[in-house]
Amino acid sequence: MTDNKTTPVDEGRRRFLTASAAMAGVAVAPGVVLYEIAHGKPADEPASHAVRWGMLIDTNQCQEGCDECVKACGEENGFGHGTRETDSQWIRKVELRDMRTGRTKSLPVMCQHCAEPPCVDVCPTGASFKRPDGIVLVDRHICIGCRYCMMACPYKARSFVHERITDQNPDVPRGIGCVESCTMCVHRVDRDQQPACVEACARAGHGAILFGNLNDPNSEIAKRIAQYSTMELRADLKLNLGVRYQGF
Amino acid sequence: MQIAYREVEGRSPRYWALLGIIGLIALLGLGAAYYMEHHGHIVTGMTNQIVWGMPHVFAVFLIVAASGALNAASIASVFGKSAYKPLARLSGLVAVALLAGGLMVLMLDLGRPDRVIVAATYYNFKSVFAWNVFLYTGFFTFVALYLWTMMDNSVAAYGKYAGFAAFIWRLILTTGTGSIFGFLVAREAYSSALLAPMFIIFSFSYGMAVYLLILIAAYAWTGRPLGDAILHRLGRLLGWFVAAALYFVVVFHMTNLYFTKYHGVERFILVEGGIYTQMFWIGQVLLGSVVPMLILFNGKLRASRGLLVTACLLVVLGGLAQMYVTIIGGQAYPLDIFPGWEERSSFFDGVVHPYHPSLPEFLLGLGGVAVALAIVTIGVKVLRFLPESLADADVDPHAAG
Repeated sequence: MTDNKTTPVDEGRRRFLTASAAMAGVAVAPGVVLYEIAHGKPADEPASHAVRWGMLIDTNQCQEGCDECVKACGEENGFGHGTRETDSQWIRKVELRDMRTGRTKSLPVMCQHCAEPPCVDVCPTGASFKRPDGIVLVDRHICIGCRYCMMACPYKARSFVHERITDQNPDVPRGIGCVESCTMCVHRVDRDQQPACVEACARAGHGAILFGNLNDPNSEIAKRIAQYSTMELRADLKLNLGVRYQGF
Repeated sequence: MQIAYREVEGRSPRYWALLGIIGLIALLGLGAAYYMEHHGHIVTGMTNQIVWGMPHVFAVFLIVAASGALNAASIASVFGKSAYKPLARLSGLVAVALLAGGLMVLMLDLGRPDRVIVAATYYNFKSVFAWNVFLYTGFFTFVALYLWTMMDNSVAAYGKYAGFAAFIWRLILTTGTGSIFGFLVAREAYSSALLAPMFIIFSFSYGMAVYLLILIAAYAWTGRPLGDAILHRLGRLLGWFVAAALYFVVVFHMTNLYFTKYHGVERFILVEGGIYTQMFWIGQVLLGSVVPMLILFNGKLRASRGLLVTACLLVVLGGLAQMYVTIIGGQAYPLDIFPGWEERSSFFDGVVHPYHPSLPEFLLGLGGVAVALAIVTIGVKVLRFLPESLADADVDPHAAG
């Protein structure tokens, strides 16, 4: 025989199920939210040839004496702001003076993420490599520290880790005896965020660095490059750079 | 004519003293490598601007000289000069020893020497360095086979082929060494196909000088006869190699001087480079080339063993100076990323990069030299590398007198 009256046992069970569902919801929600944030590229999805990440640096906006991008890079990637000859500098501000006219320029120089990177050509083990989306990286597991890539880089963009490192950013593994350089903040890019230098420049009110997909004709960076004359460093080497400069 | 080869006795106090000194230097080199590995390259003079330092100067010199040390053997087998035949075994041994010493320095100067196995398990076949891994192992193999054919009568018939293979391989090896620099498009001091043949000629000269020094020392210290005629020949040949090397140096710089864009780097090396300019003119050209040529092309001067040894030592010192100018000088000159603009930055753009080699770097380099010498010293004791006599009448009766 059955009746529809709820018993105290049923009440307890119902409360328990409700509470459990709520707790499960609370537990899963951040994951769902994080997944939404990170949906730019799930960890198991390889980088795609369809994208070519690049930067456009407007030298008219870049301010002499400002090094917000340099500081942000050091903080994001877990190294200090040291400028000894042995310190890593993934990005540096270069001050230029035209030898004929005396005109001055100030701009950041980092890994130019070449389409035909000389560092990748010379690396004996393949530790230097280019992702399909154009970002040039060093695989710290197979870099033997021969420094041939540093000899080959036309932009002096690479640094060698000369001493032991502590307090690393878990997103950016680094190690003594290996070569490293600007990763275009690949760990942020894969989460649909902008590289740290780009954000810092915008925060400082200059907005001199534009980041985006060079392969997408509708992207801001592709439109700007189509509209304005831009320059590649050491264009004579025909390396097809991911970083372009505007305003020379 | 049958040449009698015999191991050196190697029981005299002098032999053990020699081996002891060499061993001590080798140990100091290994200790320096351990120190560098433990603390990182911060304890060297190398920086993010001068990324290859003193160890590379020694290592590349030894590797280039290794190829050249095979001269005597090549002349005997490939060019069929019977007078050089008795010299061939030692020639092969010195070649292998120098390469081993040079490679040791190169490997221990890596940022991660513990990962050297990675260099043999992961290959990027576009890299000249990766080719070199095969070129080095191939060189060891071919020279070892060649030595085998020389020392074992049952396979002597294959000596000609082994000698030819080793000869071709040494040319490819040194092409590879020169191309390490020649293929660097970014740096103005390099990026020239001429570096490959130039390094081959350097190898003839440096290798022959090292070989002669070891030959003269070995025969003097073991009291075995060494004839004047053979030294006369080898000395004159060395003179031609030194001259040919100098010719290549002149052509290299003349070519660069014709290209306006290279005027800056040429002015740096030839005129304003301080230590590099001095090393070039005084070390490489005057002491390393002109003075040895004056000795080696003059029959009377060359006949003096003291002067012959002096000439060989000068060629070696000149070779180290050349490597210093090429490797360090080429990096010290700043990259011109913005032609037409003066550059200034926290990363030392636009300025000549200073380099102060540290003691561990020197010790590591010398350690490589010591390992090479130790291999030769032990080699001549355990196997029959040295003829009992290299007196003129024993070597080539027709050449005597």
